[in-house]
Amino acid sequence: MNTWTPPAATNLVDLGFMDSRSKIIDLAAFLDRVQRAGQDDDFRVVALKNALALLSQSEPQRAKNVLLSFSDPSTDPIPKATMQGAIGAFKKD
Amino acid sequence: MPYIEPHGHMVSRTTDDYEKMALAGCVTLCEPAFWAGFDRSSAQGFYDYFRQITEFEPKRAARFGIKHYSWLCINPKEAEDTQLADEVLAIIPQFIDKPNVLGIGEIGLNKNSRSELHILEKHIQLAADYDQLILVHTPHLEDKLKGTKLILDALKNHSAIKPGRVIIDHVEEHTINLVLAAGFWAGITLYPESKCTPHRAIDMLEAHRGEQIWMNSACDWGISDPLAVPKTMLEMRRRGWTDASIQRVAFDNPVTFMQQSGKFI
Repeated sequence: MNTWTPPAATNLVDLGFMDSRSKIIDLAAFLDRVQRAGQDDDFRVVALKNALALLSQSEPQRAKNVLLSFSDPSTDPIPKATMQGAIGAFKKD
Repeated sequence: MPYIEPHGHMVSRTTDDYEKMALAGCVTLCEPAFWAGFDRSSAQGFYDYFRQITEFEPKRAARFGIKHYSWLCINPKEAEDTQLADEVLAIIPQFIDKPNVLGIGEIGLNKNSRSELHILEKHIQLAADYDQLILVHTPHLEDKLKGTKLILDALKNHSAIKPGRVIIDHVEEHTINLVLAAGFWAGITLYPESKCTPHRAIDMLEAHRGEQIWMNSACDWGISDPLAVPKTMLEMRRRGWTDASIQRVAFDNPVTFMQQSGKFI
């Protein structure tokens, strides 16, 4: 039996605005910092800027679309794992 | 409110963490086998690790009134060495009947390589042979979407695997629909930077009405928070959730899934 009850109406802006404000200023400062250092052509910074453009979309699918923009779009297994970690953004060869 | 931590790597945590979790309401904790931050050099290393999570950690947890369960596997990060993986797969049956073992996990993929996929398929067969539940790790960051699709295909391709007996962990906004639409359970991991924040987790839970989803901290040797689940429960209250809905996600759902093992009390 589904016992799900929708949450009571809450002011989500009150709960989340200051945190989001802080994060976007941090992001802006990061972009300024890497540009001043001449590192803004790094593929990860380019991926970040591409993701930022998705925030202007009107549908409430922004988080999903940002994640998709960072993802490896290929479908076949790679021949061999040459590293164990992940970078955070897909790098085209 | 009592809660269950369905995914924590306590071999990497201090006894203080057990105490803090107990104080926060944790009554049950489940420990999937994982990569300990470095590659083990032999199957004997895994034998000792399996003894640790089936014999020692339950005793450490019990000191704080926490029940401890575990899952067994060689994780995908060490699956590139298929000879080692085969040796580890061969010793798993010795531990399957231990009273705290819930199933095979956390299996899955890491870099989505052919060897990882080969060893994943062997784990799936092992789970089928011994009628075990499965807990799946999905890859990190840019590898997650592709890996999740490959994992789902491998599971769907095995006729003996029932989706309701498999949980796909570490889902995010771009993978959760793929998992739930195929009938599998989904796990949301509350992990700084690389996985999910409390607010994003709650967003996904609300979108899916808490159906077939659990949340966990996956606390381990990395920068992680063993109290991530109760902190998210607090955020749920701030967002207007009822106690019944919080309990459903933080307690009832893990119980429903893990009771299928026949060992979970």
